[in-house]
Amino acid sequence: MNMIELEINGIPVSVKPGTSLIDAAKLVGVKIPTLCYHADLDPWAACGICVVKVEGSPKMLRACATPAGPGMKVITHDPEIVNVRRTVLELILSTHPNDCLQCSRNRNCELQTLAEEFGIREVSYERRLRHLPADDSTKSVVLNPEKCIACGRCAKVCQNMQGVWAIEFIGRGETTRIAPAADVVLDESPCIKCGQCTAHCPVGALYEHDQTREVWNAIEEHKKHCVVQIAPAVRVAIGEAFGYEPGEVLTGQLYAALRRLGFNAVFDTNFTADLTIMEEGSEFVHRVTEGGVLPQITSCCPAWTDYMEKFAPDFIPNFSSAKSPQQMLGAMAKTYYAEKAGIDPKDMYVVSVMPCTAKKFEVSRDKGMTSSGFQDVDVSITTRELARMIKQAGIDFKNLPNEEPDSLLAEYSGAGTIFGVTGGVMEAALRTAYFLITKEDLKDVHFMDVRGLEGVKAATVDVKGTKVRVAVAHQMGNVEAVLNQVRQAKEKGEELPYHFIEVMACRGGCIGGGGQPHGATDEIRKKRMAGIYTDDEKSVLRCSHHNPMIKKIYEDFLGKPLSHKAHELLHTGYQERKVYKK
Amino acid sequence: MAYKNYILVCAGTACESNKGKALYEALEKEIKAAGVEAEAQLVKTGCFGFCEQGPIVKILPDESFYVKVGPKDAHEIIAEHIVKGRKVERLLYKENKAENDPRSSDISFYRKQLRIVLRNCAVINPEIIDEYIARDGYAALEKVLFEMTPDAVIKEIVDSGLRGRGGAGFPTGRKWQFTKNTPADQKYIVCNADEGDPGAYMDRSVLEGDPHSVLEAMTIAGYTVGASKGFIYIRAEYPLAIDRLNTAMAQAREYGLLGDRILGTDFSFDIEIRLGAGAFVCGEETALLASIEGNRGMPVPRPPFPAVKGLWGKPTVINNVETYANIPVILLKGSKWFSSIGTETSKGTKVFALTGKINNSGLIEVPMGTTLRDIIYDIGGGIASGKKFKAAQTGGPSGGCITAAFLDTPIDYESLQSIGSMMGSGGMIVMDEDDCMIDVTKFYLEFTVDESCGKCAPCRIGGRTCYNILDRISKGQGKPDDIQKLKEIGHAMRKASLCGLGQTAPNPVMSTLKYFEEEYRAHIEDKKCPAGKCKEMICYMIDETKCVGCTACARRCPVSCISGEVKKLHVIDQSKCIKCGQCFTACKFDAVKKG
Repeated sequence: MNMIELEINGIPVSVKPGTSLIDAAKLVGVKIPTLCYHADLDPWAACGICVVKVEGSPKMLRACATPAGPGMKVITHDPEIVNVRRTVLELILSTHPNDCLQCSRNRNCELQTLAEEFGIREVSYERRLRHLPADDSTKSVVLNPEKCIACGRCAKVCQNMQGVWAIEFIGRGETTRIAPAADVVLDESPCIKCGQCTAHCPVGALYEHDQTREVWNAIEEHKKHCVVQIAPAVRVAIGEAFGYEPGEVLTGQLYAALRRLGFNAVFDTNFTADLTIMEEGSEFVHRVTEGGVLPQITSCCPAWTDYMEKFAPDFIPNFSSAKSPQQMLGAMAKTYYAEKAGIDPKDMYVVSVMPCTAKKFEVSRDKGMTSSGFQDVDVSITTRELARMIKQAGIDFKNLPNEEPDSLLAEYSGAGTIFGVTGGVMEAALRTAYFLITKEDLKDVHFMDVRGLEGVKAATVDVKGTKVRVAVAHQMGNVEAVLNQVRQAKEKGEELPYHFIEVMACRGGCIGGGGQPHGATDEIRKKRMAGIYTDDEKSVLRCSHHNPMIKKIYEDFLGKPLSHKAHELLHTGYQERKVYKK
Repeated sequence: MAYKNYILVCAGTACESNKGKALYEALEKEIKAAGVEAEAQLVKTGCFGFCEQGPIVKILPDESFYVKVGPKDAHEIIAEHIVKGRKVERLLYKENKAENDPRSSDISFYRKQLRIVLRNCAVINPEIIDEYIARDGYAALEKVLFEMTPDAVIKEIVDSGLRGRGGAGFPTGRKWQFTKNTPADQKYIVCNADEGDPGAYMDRSVLEGDPHSVLEAMTIAGYTVGASKGFIYIRAEYPLAIDRLNTAMAQAREYGLLGDRILGTDFSFDIEIRLGAGAFVCGEETALLASIEGNRGMPVPRPPFPAVKGLWGKPTVINNVETYANIPVILLKGSKWFSSIGTETSKGTKVFALTGKINNSGLIEVPMGTTLRDIIYDIGGGIASGKKFKAAQTGGPSGGCITAAFLDTPIDYESLQSIGSMMGSGGMIVMDEDDCMIDVTKFYLEFTVDESCGKCAPCRIGGRTCYNILDRISKGQGKPDDIQKLKEIGHAMRKASLCGLGQTAPNPVMSTLKYFEEEYRAHIEDKKCPAGKCKEMICYMIDETKCVGCTACARRCPVSCISGEVKKLHVIDQSKCIKCGQCFTACKFDAVKKG
């Protein structure tokens, strides 16, 4: 490839064609400030902070949106540039509440950081605030338009990465703001609650619906038996809130922290991930051998199920009826565990810690979520909320010992843990499906073709002569192409392109979830993914069907996969929903 | 000439809204009633430009120029002029008392004009394609299709020196060249007819008066760059222009000049109209393209330029109406002819919408390089009411003001920029000593603040902040550091806004600050508006030595704040006065003072 040679601040650099000046500047050790640019997104060029001078151009250019050109002479900072940036920053601050102390992003806000770096001590311009109500209608993600700086990241994520188009700019000039079309509330919009907007918002305009107080209250109620579960992806990301590198596997410390927060029983969603594989894997084998509807499509991502019910209801028959691991754990806690521990399920309170904002919605998404006779999971909090709870309690997370979880609903195989990454559910399912079909274990459990950040991954797996074609899609906007392949084949009466499809709404899967610590980029996603695979490699057991506690739960309680009891407690159904409620 | 007389009636929006339609119908009726259908042909034309005097009726061959004609005058025109051959004196345009009845081409409003873009406006009936063809219409297309290669067309346009008339002045030929050179399976030709500057109607007039010239040029552009599809993006507020375009397109298709296999060649090209909802920012090319695609009209960074990646990601030529209208003439008369008109860097003519404190407001077309003095004093007939010229604003809300010191500057792209204004799309507003520059600046800024798409922070917030500062200044609440703040924000907006709207929005502020800083200081420091325009700073008082107690002021006062008995001194209650100035104009004794 022909490299592009240019000069930044007088220093010659050489970059690949298409490299933006903001990235090229990193090569000379300059981090150009910005509020709207994000490595995940095409430059939208809204904030006007990243301006630089390019010889020959009368105006300043946005470094985010200007590709490096041959022979370019760029100046990234001089007194004039810094002054223009400061003026723009002050203009933004003049319309921002600047109430950092009460903000969800306090000490973790890109605007606050810039204000600090620019040494803003007063805002010289007239203060104009908009008094607009926050939209908490989804009880998953909150949109607070007062804090919005109109950088556009959320809209671009929602539209271009997720393909949902729940939010867009409305109004114009200074009344421009982010809202669903026709200014309906988020809950009436196509919003799938994936929370990617909250993960990309540079300020506190979009954030998770905080339920930490509800959890504290439940812990405080003496009569309540508080049970907690942690999702696979939480363990490789929570460390970021405590100064660890992304991808550090902190399962044991998490168990310890949860116990010290006051939970009566600490369980692991990885266990029910194994259980999901038993049910979903068996369902897949059943569909293949009994001529059921194919391809089977995974359903453990609630943002994806919400998307499918709204935008692709023609695939309802393809959906695995197996519940998500979160919901299975809730159902098992309030039935199996309650029975074993001699606790009245009405006194039990199940909390889940998820990398996800959509899980908050899933706990009450329909009647199927109350299979125990009670709401199976009472409240779902995000990784970010748990980190805050640990800090509120003053727990020194870094110096916690590794502890074990409570028995019955916690032991997991490597297959359970990889649920947290794109391709993981597929890989886990294949490890067990292979066994269920052939009655033999795989010699090599690794399915490298379904791993990684490629938006759509397809692979053919040889199950003793039977070719099983699978596809894995992550980042919601990538799924439509896969569904269309299936639709086209059906229309033309051709052979189906796939037998089994895995879908996760967030880029990278749950490790890149909307409830994870802020700042995720592909670089960080890769580290979190590596953490998950390390956890898998370290596991003695790599397949769900080998998990002894899984065997036990079937022996003691459920009978066998797809049994009547399993169906009652571990499976659910789907229905077509309107894209706009009204 | 088959007819003895041709009666040209203006059917532009301005005249139509002034009973022009009824006038046309009345004339039609009178012709029938007088039985002179065989002698006189009535022609509904596009804009004459001399809107100040509309509705206009021009009779050929003697070029009688009837002005401010109403439907009730129809009978007299037909009965006298057509039937008896006697001019209707009272309706003739009178330039000055000495020179009665000039031929229209001798009228000083027209004398220094050169109508290339407006060549057919007020000459042909825009709803009849044959009239366009009779004036060499579609001859350029024929020449291009049968005699010229695309490269030859581009060379001719490049050599002509034609630059975009939408404001920025990019060389049109080069734009076409880039588009032609970008390989793609599909390319597009777009016409920007989203004219939105306050008071500007150059493009509307061309589309209403000569729609085929634009269709022909777009088709030529299509052939040149290899596009088969064109879009005209026009604001929905231009219903007459849209009608005429639709009529013209239908006729062109019928004549094989648009659509499949044009003039029997292998070249096919068709055009669709897309209506804009009237957002000013959609005149910015990337926002316009987004709007055609059905997205929110917000600008995106360039590069990539539309010539490389435009509509739906395909190479796209986007020019404005006036630019296109030049194309057929250039190709017929040659680049040499065209480039002989104008200045070193700016060739051809420019159409301006001349308004404000001027005697002859209207639509004018002058060669590039004409001075402001020629435009204002010769074509425009000087300042209305004989007051002193203060400044002219060009370039609309993106432009700046030109002061008396620059009256003799030849107008072209570069010269206007060098004196802090810009060509823009051609709005020109003349101001006299009664105009307050803060008030004028506020007007323009209010417009851009309203029209900001809200995407980028400098424009979205900076514009409003500047406007509020100006508003305070105009209300006598200016602060000492306001000028500094205006300059600071203006500078940041110019440097850090994403699109032309935001980058140029502070121009009116910066240019008035440059030339009229004293006026700002008077408002801020002395709390005085020298022009007496800023209401909050005016105080109306009654001079006790002059008041005769006639009660005229008290009777006119809409808020009844003037008290006083008949033949006794009247007094204005300052706490209730709304400073409407009614008392000032009502007083016949010069007793009401403005201070």
